[in-house]
Amino acid sequence: MVTVGTIIYEPGNSTNKTGSWRVFKPIMDKDKCVMCENCFIFCPEGCIKEKDGKFEIDYDYCKGCLICVNECPVKAISSIREEK
Amino acid sequence: MTEKQFPREEYLASGHRGCAGCGAAIIVRQALKAAGKDTIVVNATGCLEVMTTPYPETAWRVPWIHVAFENAAAAASGVERAIKVLQRKRKKYANKKINVIAFGGDGGTADIGFQALSGAMERGHNMLYIMYDNEAYMNTGIQRSSSTPLLASTTTSPVGTVIKGEDRPKKDMAMIIAAHGVPYVATACLSYPEDFMNKVKKACEIEGPAFIHALQPCTTGWKYDPKYTVKIGRLAVETGVFPLYEIKNGEFKITYRPLKRKPLNEYVKLQKRYRHLTDKDIEMLQKYIDERCKLLGL
Repeated sequence: MVTVGTIIYEPGNSTNKTGSWRVFKPIMDKDKCVMCENCFIFCPEGCIKEKDGKFEIDYDYCKGCLICVNECPVKAISSIREEK
Repeated sequence: MTEKQFPREEYLASGHRGCAGCGAAIIVRQALKAAGKDTIVVNATGCLEVMTTPYPETAWRVPWIHVAFENAAAAASGVERAIKVLQRKRKKYANKKINVIAFGGDGGTADIGFQALSGAMERGHNMLYIMYDNEAYMNTGIQRSSSTPLLASTTTSPVGTVIKGEDRPKKDMAMIIAAHGVPYVATACLSYPEDFMNKVKKACEIEGPAFIHALQPCTTGWKYDPKYTVKIGRLAVETGVFPLYEIKNGEFKITYRPLKRKPLNEYVKLQKRYRHLTDKDIEMLQKYIDERCKLLGL
């Protein structure tokens, strides 16, 4: 879709589902999570979101870099191989 | 922890095309969280521009302008002056504090955009320039820049029988800008978000130009496993490769002092761009870093 003057009318409209890039998949254990916000602030995609006081991973956008797994101080996030 | 440490608003949308484990995206997220909604971003050409805005999409939720490699600082100073005139003459946004932040890579800052940056800093515009330093031209295929450190292998300083990677030391951008007499200069690293976000806040509050040199480990160019982005940044600070300091109105202050500096070996062995280094080379590098740290009092 091309708009007049190549104007983009909606800010932050990158809807490209980058979750398909994933090779490894991080899995969060919400009971172990102590809300230290490490994974939240270090996620390059901004796909770890707070919902009802707990963090959740948005798999539509998670590229599976596993920074969150590496930075979690209580090992609440583990990783498995992605199965398609 | 019950208190929310970091703001929840996202000004860089998910779905940008950065590599898995991209450090530039982390830097921008943290910087915009600190600066807030009333921010205008000027972006030099580079990885950041290419990955966030493939037409017709944009990942930015703040006003954003892309300009060429050379003139991010010049465009930012124009934006800042325009806001000033609008506030004075037409009373627009009169009670708002609008931050102007320019993002440039190390190529767009230390090499190509240097004269525009030097001019903007000298003229005293009320803006913040953040240099995200991944130590080579990563977007075009890892060519060396003046910010590439000693003995790092890039495609234009390849390791062979004659040369051993980059032969010139890294250009110290923060100190060069500090020599302009700028009110706020700092170095930062994405692995220390509180420190980095504090520095961005301080830089935005200060009247006059500010410059932040932020180290950004790059998974593609430094050739390491994407999950180590934050760890390598932390090691760079803890080994003394990249000391964190700020210079506020001429006052020098180390903002993070590692209890005991780690040996350089830990930082080097994770990256494939340093794969060719022998023990003797590492010793030489360690000596060079020790000297620099001694100079800064680390």
